[in-house]
Amino acid sequence: MRLSQKHLTLIVLAVLVALAPAFFPSNFYYRIGALIFVNGLAVTGLVVLIGFAGQISLGHAGFAGIGAYACALAPGYLGLHPGLAMLLGAVLSGGVAWLIGRPILRLKGYYLAVATLGFGILVSMVLANEAKITGGPDGREVAELGLRSALASIGIGLSNAQFWYAATGLSMLAGAWIALNLHDSPSGRALRALHDSEVAARTVGVDVARLKLSAFVISAVYASLSGSLLALMNRFITPDVAGFLHSIELVTMTVFGGVGSVPGAILGAATLTLLPQALTVLQQYENLILGLIMMLVMIFMREGLLPSIMRRLKGKG
Amino acid sequence: MTLLSVDGLGIDFGGLTAVNDVGFSVSPGEIVSVIGPNGAGKTTLFNMISGVYQPQRGKVILDGADVTGLAPNRLAERGLSRTFQNLQIFQRMSVLENAMTGCHLRERGPVLSDLLSLPSSRRRSAVTRARATELLERVGLARASEREASSLSYGALKRLEIARALALEPRILLLDEPAAGCNAVETEEIDHLIAEVAKSGVAILLVEHDMKMVMRISRHIVVLDRGEKIAEGAPAAVSRDPKVIEAYLGTQSVEAGDAVG
Ligand SMILES: Nc1ncnc2c1ncn2[C@@H]1O[C@H](COP(=O)(O)OP(=O)(O)OP(=O)(O)O)[C@@H](O)[C@H]1O
Ligand SMILES: [Mg+2]
Repeated sequence: MRLSQKHLTLIVLAVLVALAPAFFPSNFYYRIGALIFVNGLAVTGLVVLIGFAGQISLGHAGFAGIGAYACALAPGYLGLHPGLAMLLGAVLSGGVAWLIGRPILRLKGYYLAVATLGFGILVSMVLANEAKITGGPDGREVAELGLRSALASIGIGLSNAQFWYAATGLSMLAGAWIALNLHDSPSGRALRALHDSEVAARTVGVDVARLKLSAFVISAVYASLSGSLLALMNRFITPDVAGFLHSIELVTMTVFGGVGSVPGAILGAATLTLLPQALTVLQQYENLILGLIMMLVMIFMREGLLPSIMRRLKGKG
Repeated sequence: MTLLSVDGLGIDFGGLTAVNDVGFSVSPGEIVSVIGPNGAGKTTLFNMISGVYQPQRGKVILDGADVTGLAPNRLAERGLSRTFQNLQIFQRMSVLENAMTGCHLRERGPVLSDLLSLPSSRRRSAVTRARATELLERVGLARASEREASSLSYGALKRLEIARALALEPRILLLDEPAAGCNAVETEEIDHLIAEVAKSGVAILLVEHDMKMVMRISRHIVVLDRGEKIAEGAPAAVSRDPKVIEAYLGTQSVEAGDAVG
């Protein structure tokens, strides 16, 4: 039997994650890799929402904020293990997404964009203003996950950077697997159908409101887990994780890499996490060049990096 | 034995009465055509019956139940399926996936099992794939099944919509100009397909400008003009009706046989 597209994608991603460290000039790159994977997880959720279902959100960092602060607060206030706090954050984010998604997802296009934007701003305001609980704009320490020492006790000794590289890499791969499963499943087809024609999707029996809501909840859980991982990895978190800029960054990575494609969005996350690092040698021109590259890619590769490259390869091959 | 009946159906858009007081009925296995000049209100009538528009007046009765104003997906659950005059294809999906989406009601299941690709989810997809492949063969698109839908010709897309609509295994099928933009051979194929589907017991409501086709396959014809029903009856009687001929005057004669408009 031929290898399916899904398995091929997963194998390529897994090989890249596993082999990349062989080319790292220094240990610092484990951290860059982990940041890429944390972003990769969040953008995979956005592929489900924007790429599959065709619904925009400019407030998904709000869910990352819920996930991050669940890990920061639940161990202290509820005595939960940080791993369980991560789950609690995911459930909370899913629940909030379900509640606000019902009224919000009736909106379309820029109306939906503004409504989700409002949600993101709301979350970051609460996190910044409830200083007694959250530590306010100065941020807050996060408890140690404790998994690394558990691994060390069974003979798997990893440096902190290596551990987080592996943990976030595996999380991102699991996230990609789930999103790729969805893509080719009955629910995924229905989502992509309503993206292309809502009226036709309805007439074949798709419950459009319910499916949009599912996509919104799923993507919120992805963002939440990404925020949790970031908090646990950094052992420190500020309300910026829920901020407007982070929301925009995530959408930009998704669209830049290829909004309908899981590996595309991950490539987008990798490129836009790496580029600023690589461009620091340009000093004051860094942002100028970064902006220019983004504009040129979107002008000449309007489907995003990966889908455009694939199309060109196929066209020639 | 009536499957679908509409009674006194009407809707206005601003000051314009697009459809007014239209009524008729369709039985299983019967082909009823709705004809009329451009802008007569045929598509609007379909949109009201299929739940895309909310009727402002009148009733739609499906299998004895009042379904007026039900959402399209609810009507689909009750066995009503349709195609669109102005193509509503899922452009970014493959031809096969378009047909598979027509099986949504049969293949849908818990989202969680789809996310984890549980055996039940894969089984549902596999059944759908087989069924959609059969349907594509039936409309002559089997060889294009892996292509992106947007790459098909207009005539092929028309047939793809029919395949998708048939995938619901409907009890009543609404076809809005299925042969528009198709060449003579394609039109004949569609003609056969419709007759065959009707023979299997599906009630068919057809809007078509190709009068040859309408006269040949319809059991009953409803004529609309400016939103009102001006005549109805057997094809032979309708084509001789002076009111019908007058409605078409200035455009083309009903018996001329070619597409009007
Ligand atoms: N959504 C709408 N808003 C306003 N006017 C509409 C709308 N839909 C249809 N109309 C108007 O209602 C009238 C009937 O249109 P409809 O599309 O039903 O005609 P039709 O019989 O299908 O014509 P054709 O043969 O050209 O397809 C037209 O005057 C049209 O402009
Ligand atoms: Mg029409």
